[in-house]
Amino acid sequence: MMPDNTFKRSSIVAIWVWLTLFALLPNLLVLMTSLMQQGDNELVRLQLTLNNYWELFDATYFKIFWHSIDIAAVCTLVCLVIGYPFAYFLARTESRYKAILLFLVIIPFWTSSLIRSYAIVAILKTHGILNSVLLDLGLITQPLHLLYSGVAVIVGLVYSLLPFMILPLYANIEKLDIRLIDAARDLGANRMRVFIRIILPLTLPGIIAGSMLVFLPAMSMFFIPDLLGGAKTMLVGNLIQNQFMSARNWPIGSAVSIILTALMGLMLVIYWRISKNRKEQQGLL
Amino acid sequence: MNRLGKFAYLTAVYLFFYFPIAVLIVYSFNNSQYSLIWHGFTFSWYQQLFADTDLQLVAVHSLLVGVLAATFATVLGTLTAVSLYRYQFYGRKLLHSLIFILIVSPDIVMGISLLILFSTLKITLGFWTLLLSHITFCMPFVSVTVYSRIIGLDKNIFEAAKDLGATDFTIFTRVIIPLLWPAILVGWLLSFTLSLDDVIISFFVTGPDFNILPLQIYSMVRLGVKPEVNALCSVMFGLTLLIVLASQLALRKKQ
Repeated sequence: MMPDNTFKRSSIVAIWVWLTLFALLPNLLVLMTSLMQQGDNELVRLQLTLNNYWELFDATYFKIFWHSIDIAAVCTLVCLVIGYPFAYFLARTESRYKAILLFLVIIPFWTSSLIRSYAIVAILKTHGILNSVLLDLGLITQPLHLLYSGVAVIVGLVYSLLPFMILPLYANIEKLDIRLIDAARDLGANRMRVFIRIILPLTLPGIIAGSMLVFLPAMSMFFIPDLLGGAKTMLVGNLIQNQFMSARNWPIGSAVSIILTALMGLMLVIYWRISKNRKEQQGLL
Repeated sequence: MNRLGKFAYLTAVYLFFYFPIAVLIVYSFNNSQYSLIWHGFTFSWYQQLFADTDLQLVAVHSLLVGVLAATFATVLGTLTAVSLYRYQFYGRKLLHSLIFILIVSPDIVMGISLLILFSTLKITLGFWTLLLSHITFCMPFVSVTVYSRIIGLDKNIFEAAKDLGATDFTIFTRVIIPLLWPAILVGWLLSFTLSLDDVIISFFVTGPDFNILPLQIYSMVRLGVKPEVNALCSVMFGLTLLIVLASQLALRKKQ
């Protein structure tokens, strides 16, 4: 009897049709658009050019890129510094309430980052709660203008993205074989040495996965700079949004998006290299 | 670090997570439009919210897209996880990587790529474009959630079912779904939440005739901090809380 392959075939075909139509084809179209010219009447004129990429080296665009990378890097670093010890304590705790503690990190992970950014706006605004507490305590005499600054953007990004750093790290640290640490201690390594030589290398895939999940959205979540940075802070996400919605220059917007995709590709290659060495499964989420 | 230090550190981070949300919720009950000072407890912002018929329509749109997108994404994502686990086929590795890439990929890249697709195909932006986009960005999350559970199953079960004459479809409906329903349910809930919260992709792929909650909240939030917005955000937060609770209970049940 011939095995019945209908289910297998139709599932695989359905999945590939969907992903080709709504994931591969759209990205191919972005690449093509990035190589076209801006049209006068229509959005895109069908004429090949590399001009859009050359234009990105223009001072204004270049500054936005540099500024975005700067802010995203600071944000990633802050998330790592806050998140690593947090994930470590959480993964290693023997508290009875571990499940609840983990649950309390999953809630912000699932909560809309727009709502969470709005909460930060409410805290930081000039007549917001932070200023009034500081005034009441007599620590400041004038309300601080915290909102609409680079610092506010970083606070908003860290607040929104910290769970995306903590959870991959937690998953990684949880799987860590505690006997390796014990062995190193028995062989006379001090705490610092154990951390640098054992724990850090073994949790590197988690660090990179977390950094990827923080760094890329930090550059591209346009509503956070929009709400917290005012007009002063423009990141790559705002640039793309601007080119697509107001400036109507889709080719330039597409070129920026391609650069962002290339950056993601680079980070993925690093992640795959490192996790392959560790024989890790895809334990990102 | 000693126990006290760890405790203090964890507490500080939890405070950082929850203090702003707590403030938001508290002020949604404050009986004053602008003031920071507590003017007494009121439900009036919530009453205004629930009486607003425009907002009701927008909420219905969001729930409709959320339920449909989550359902289709769950079907596709579960099929993907099952195919990746059970079958050898041409492009299997590529599919595995593609799912991973779609999860990591910044939302804005997916948003504009779908916008260009719909504009090339001359499809008017609105309900359909939004639904197709939401299914696409939710599906990889379902597939990862289900896959992480399916690898824990005993492969012999499938062999046994096959020996007893079950077709692949029967195995799927009678073996895989009953065993994996908690993960499938979690996938659905995660998709529903992602759909309900998505700002960036929806921003590009919906038209003026079909507004949804996150975009409505975005335009309200841009105008400043107001008690109505606090109330709406608190309701959304409460809904998310219930969904996370449901998902955790579903996962716990089978362990």
